[in-house]
Amino acid sequence: MKTILKSGVLAAAAIVLSASIVAPAFARDLTVVSWGGNYQDAQRNIYFKPFSEKLGKPVLDEAWDGGIGVIQSKVKAGAPNWDAVQVEAEELALGCADGLYEKIDWDKMGGKDKFLDSAVNDCGVGAIVWSTAIAYDGDKLKEGPTSWADFWNVEKFPGKRSLRKGPKYTLEFALLADGVSKDELYDVLGTEEGVARAFKKLDELKSNIVWWESGAQPLQFLASGEVAMTSAYNGRITGINRSEGKHFKVVFPGSIYAVDSWVVLKDAENKDAAQDFIAFASQPENQAKLPEFVAYGLPNKDAAAKVPAEFAKDLPTDPANMTDSIPLNVDFWIDNAETLTARFNAWLAQ
Amino acid sequence: MSAASSRTGRSLILLAPLLLFLIGFFVWPLFSMMSQAVSDPAVLKLLPRSAEVLADWDRKSPPSAAMQTALMEDLKAVDDDQALGDMVRRLNSARSGFRTLMGKTTSALDETANPPADLVSIDKRWEKPEFWLAIADALSPYTDRNLLAAVDFGRNAAGEIEHLPPDQSVNSVILARTFWIAGLVTFFCALIGFPYAIIAASLDGWKRDLMLGAVLLPLWTSLLVRTAAWFILLQEKGLINDLLLTLGIINSPLALIFNRTGVIIAMTHVLLPFMVLPIYSVLITIPKNLMPAAASLGAPPLRAFLRVLLPLSLRGVASGGLLVFISAIGYYITPALIGGPGDQMISSIIAFYATGSANWGMAGALGMVLLVATLVLYSVYARLSSEEPGRR
Repeated sequence: MKTILKSGVLAAAAIVLSASIVAPAFARDLTVVSWGGNYQDAQRNIYFKPFSEKLGKPVLDEAWDGGIGVIQSKVKAGAPNWDAVQVEAEELALGCADGLYEKIDWDKMGGKDKFLDSAVNDCGVGAIVWSTAIAYDGDKLKEGPTSWADFWNVEKFPGKRSLRKGPKYTLEFALLADGVSKDELYDVLGTEEGVARAFKKLDELKSNIVWWESGAQPLQFLASGEVAMTSAYNGRITGINRSEGKHFKVVFPGSIYAVDSWVVLKDAENKDAAQDFIAFASQPENQAKLPEFVAYGLPNKDAAAKVPAEFAKDLPTDPANMTDSIPLNVDFWIDNAETLTARFNAWLAQ
Repeated sequence: MSAASSRTGRSLILLAPLLLFLIGFFVWPLFSMMSQAVSDPAVLKLLPRSAEVLADWDRKSPPSAAMQTALMEDLKAVDDDQALGDMVRRLNSARSGFRTLMGKTTSALDETANPPADLVSIDKRWEKPEFWLAIADALSPYTDRNLLAAVDFGRNAAGEIEHLPPDQSVNSVILARTFWIAGLVTFFCALIGFPYAIIAASLDGWKRDLMLGAVLLPLWTSLLVRTAAWFILLQEKGLINDLLLTLGIINSPLALIFNRTGVIIAMTHVLLPFMVLPIYSVLITIPKNLMPAAASLGAPPLRAFLRVLLPLSLRGVASGGLLVFISAIGYYITPALIGGPGDQMISSIIAFYATGSANWGMAGALGMVLLVATLVLYSVYARLSSEEPGRR
């Protein structure tokens, strides 16, 4: 019995060892990385699977939670195991400056003029326009909040609140709640007094805040009744309403929108296929299918025009939703993210 | 060659896989982590001319023309984007604003048709001594900056070490909290694990298998799944609160989640196997006739336990405690999901520096502080456990 076990272990070890030696000989399939959850489910249906059929080869997909450090360590180690990655605006700016991405072949994408200006970059092609906004359960709150001042008002709307853990968005929302106008927002935040003012405003709400870190958490908190209202990604809210029959509401005034982009990691094994994939995912007829599943705005202008009116009204790019929302100031955050995060952590721990 | 040396050679060959493993997966990562924390080559490598000129600067006055020219020449000579990125990240970490400043400056310098006269004409921020000070302070190949910041210290403009203002850094608070939580979890694991192991060791047959299985099975489940399960149990409208409310034991839901209570409960459950198994393995080697022998000599059960079983099994408790404690100080997922903002442990700060801002120096320095603290605790443990328990 013991010898059988021993030889079994040896055989297994031999297989593992030989597999690890042989494995690099096989080419890795195109690997696309996005944000997971119901958003990635939709992308799988409308981008990954059809592209895989067109290519005649499997397309692997993985999910990540962001962070320039992740990309940097993959590229610096050489031969990154991801090809096309969807990144936030700061990761695009930082990684492009640091040479972590391949340059985009804009002819393949159909030309820069086909896209919104904010979706065009040397290193990236805009994938979605998305908002971080107040969300609440319409079944539990008949008359919901309409502004960040309401979000801070725990007397009128009792219950816990949830915000994304980190200074980005949180400080902006605090200043908006404190009465700063959207045009002055980043001017105020750019000063020492402005930052102090934001933290002071946050002090008021601190004991009522439950912090979230991944985009699926605020939905769980709302669904379980753990919080009365939360900040959340607008697309996920609309997604859960459609898939699970919830009546969560998104408050667009005071929301902050940003563009996520597709990038190709520097020297990735399938960098050409990755550019083809991005071109495929940017074609108007493919991109226009997205809002049916998740309500994210489309950076390709022709695609945006094709979206049926019933879905278009939920998008951050809809003119009615855009009027009172604010574009994320990427430059401010690439300069200040590290200091403000250290300060935010200090504030949290106090 | 003598027989003895060939024997040594043979045993070295047999040991080689282990040694290679230890070097590759233990010594080398630890060493590189520590060197990341203190080495600081990113700026000096790219700015050799500026380094020469800045050596004569008085650290107060506005930048001279020579300083600006030297920096412009250095920047023009850079052809490696990733090295430039490392330098900018290092500088921005010392002084917020370098990101956009450098981006603007390098693209202005790339315009050969209309070369800028000096740096100040590209961006007014170059007039400010603060930005030059950040460069000047980054020109030595080794730095104590990260290590100081890891324990809430920093150097002021004059180069003296001083405590950072409380709103800038709380690493020492979080570090102390990390050890406190780990200590509490170790205590509760011992409180539950010790009696559990005694009962398991005193049984035999399927009953023992059942009890050991109950400890081992959770080990085969992913940590994330176990933590998520606690999330469902502990939440305000979760199973535990619902049950207690239905039974009428409480009137309003207990706060079990997003606070210290939840973290301690979940971490104790997750780490319990590491306490039970070492204690069990020690108990199983204790001859079963010792307790009856003590009883036959007239010791009541409690006295027999205190004088015989407890001293003999303390070694298991100590090694279990060490395992639990050391695992607990590195915990990340459980406090993040179950804990509130006041329960975040040092690993979440390390994770931010490593993945969020790619500041490996700071991540390495915090890791080093954690390592040193653990080694100190381990040496205390080794000192204590070297005195054979139960031998007088």
